[in-house]
Amino acid sequence: MSRKFSLLTLFITLVLPLSSPLSACELRGTGDLGIVIERASGSVQVINTTQRESLGRIEGLGDLSHASAVYSRDARYAFIFGRDGGLTKIDLLCRKIIKRVIQGGNSIGGAISQNGKWVAVSNYEPGGVRIFSSDTLELVADIPATAISEKKHSRTVGLVDAPGNRFVYSLFDTGETWVVEMDEKKPPTIQKFTGVGIQPYDGLITPDGRTYITGLFGEDGLTLFDLWNLDKGATRILDHYGRGEQKLPVYKMPHLEGWAQAGERMFLPAVGRHELLVINSGEWSEIGRIPVHSQPVFAISRPDGRQIWVNFAFPHNDTLQVIDTQTLEIIHQIQPGKGILHMEFTPRGEEVWVSIRDKNRIDIYNTETFELIKSLPAETPSGIFFSHRAGQIGL
Amino acid sequence: MQYRSVQRMSRTVFRSTLTTLLLLPLYALATGPLSEQRLSEQRKGEIGQIVQQDCGSCHGLTLKGGLGPNLDPARLAQYPNGFLKATILHGRPGTPMPPWGPLLSADEIHYIATQLRSGVWYVP
Repeated sequence: MSRKFSLLTLFITLVLPLSSPLSACELRGTGDLGIVIERASGSVQVINTTQRESLGRIEGLGDLSHASAVYSRDARYAFIFGRDGGLTKIDLLCRKIIKRVIQGGNSIGGAISQNGKWVAVSNYEPGGVRIFSSDTLELVADIPATAISEKKHSRTVGLVDAPGNRFVYSLFDTGETWVVEMDEKKPPTIQKFTGVGIQPYDGLITPDGRTYITGLFGEDGLTLFDLWNLDKGATRILDHYGRGEQKLPVYKMPHLEGWAQAGERMFLPAVGRHELLVINSGEWSEIGRIPVHSQPVFAISRPDGRQIWVNFAFPHNDTLQVIDTQTLEIIHQIQPGKGILHMEFTPRGEEVWVSIRDKNRIDIYNTETFELIKSLPAETPSGIFFSHRAGQIGL
Repeated sequence: MQYRSVQRMSRTVFRSTLTTLLLLPLYALATGPLSEQRLSEQRKGEIGQIVQQDCGSCHGLTLKGGLGPNLDPARLAQYPNGFLKATILHGRPGTPMPPWGPLLSADEIHYIATQLRSGVWYVP
């Protein structure tokens, strides 16, 4: 009896404390998990898209205004890029911070390399890109952008990953696009393209990883690179779009990530206009414009390409519109609340999660019936990032 | 073409700056003495939200900067009040800073400039 008791005591004192931290990590797949950025409280929620529930919150990630995230290739870890230069690696299964570094003063986004070994961060301050080991978050390469004064370097924008372990990004202040190629055996090589246009503000890469496009704020048009034929350099497209027309004030920069494509048609938010541009992706020419509610911020296609969901800039950020990509007509409009900041589709697109900042809420909609399925509480939610991004070029 | 675009842009900047300078006295006259006391507490709260969330999308939630510059009150102290108000009202042509005149009243812009200067919204 006393022997049994002491064994039990031994078990409780020795084994339980060892096993309890482990039991906090779940044995499960991560394919239906994701994160929601809570921008004002510096936290993220780990969510499950099958049960449509929050699994928990990870705190202490700093200033997450304009935060974004990429996933490790096993989709267990997320790398979160905060405005304050913080780069945080979190574990979705154990729901904890693995490592956090303050790598710059002011950053805008990041990307993970094709092989998953490197994470690159795009910085406004100090202007340039820094590349880290995805394993340890140790600095691997520091690539300052072109200097614009004695103290300052150009701000960098539109950073994406490309096949061949390359990172592509643009320089806002100096109008350049740089292509950095990573190699385990030698230092990174950098190709620089100058004169790509005035004030490139964001960039995107097509889902096949072939075409990089940067949008221009300082003039009309977009600049395109064919990464299969980089020696051809930059090509200007939609040069004429809006020339001579008066642009409206832009209260929020559009985002080019989440490139919307349906067959040969591609859809882009127009800068300073209440329009989506429709582009033929073979000839890269404009084939139409769709008048929408206000200035679009994100235009994101459902994974099957049948619908485009669009949100809008302040002061019209309370509205969502859905466009049918066959008829180019607006087929649905909702106004769930002020501060609709982001939309993310489930991997096969049957549902969409929408963050509504001022309602402190995530709404989940059925994309066929548009029925509201469920709402989840979240503190000033912004970006929503599901784990299937782990396997997608440019996300 | 690159050169022409730059030239076009600097012309626009010049024109807008000129317009700003010409309009400034009119603006001051038309609005009379500016007072934040004319704003309700509720509206002040809403403006605080707008500054944090919407100005914050470029200047950062903490106002420490992003695509837009740092709004540290110590840095803002070097500019006259009229300059801050004109920047908010007309924007800064040639940069992404838009004119807020279409969305905010003169009293509201005055309130924002004063509050920015005092640093109440700035998170050091």
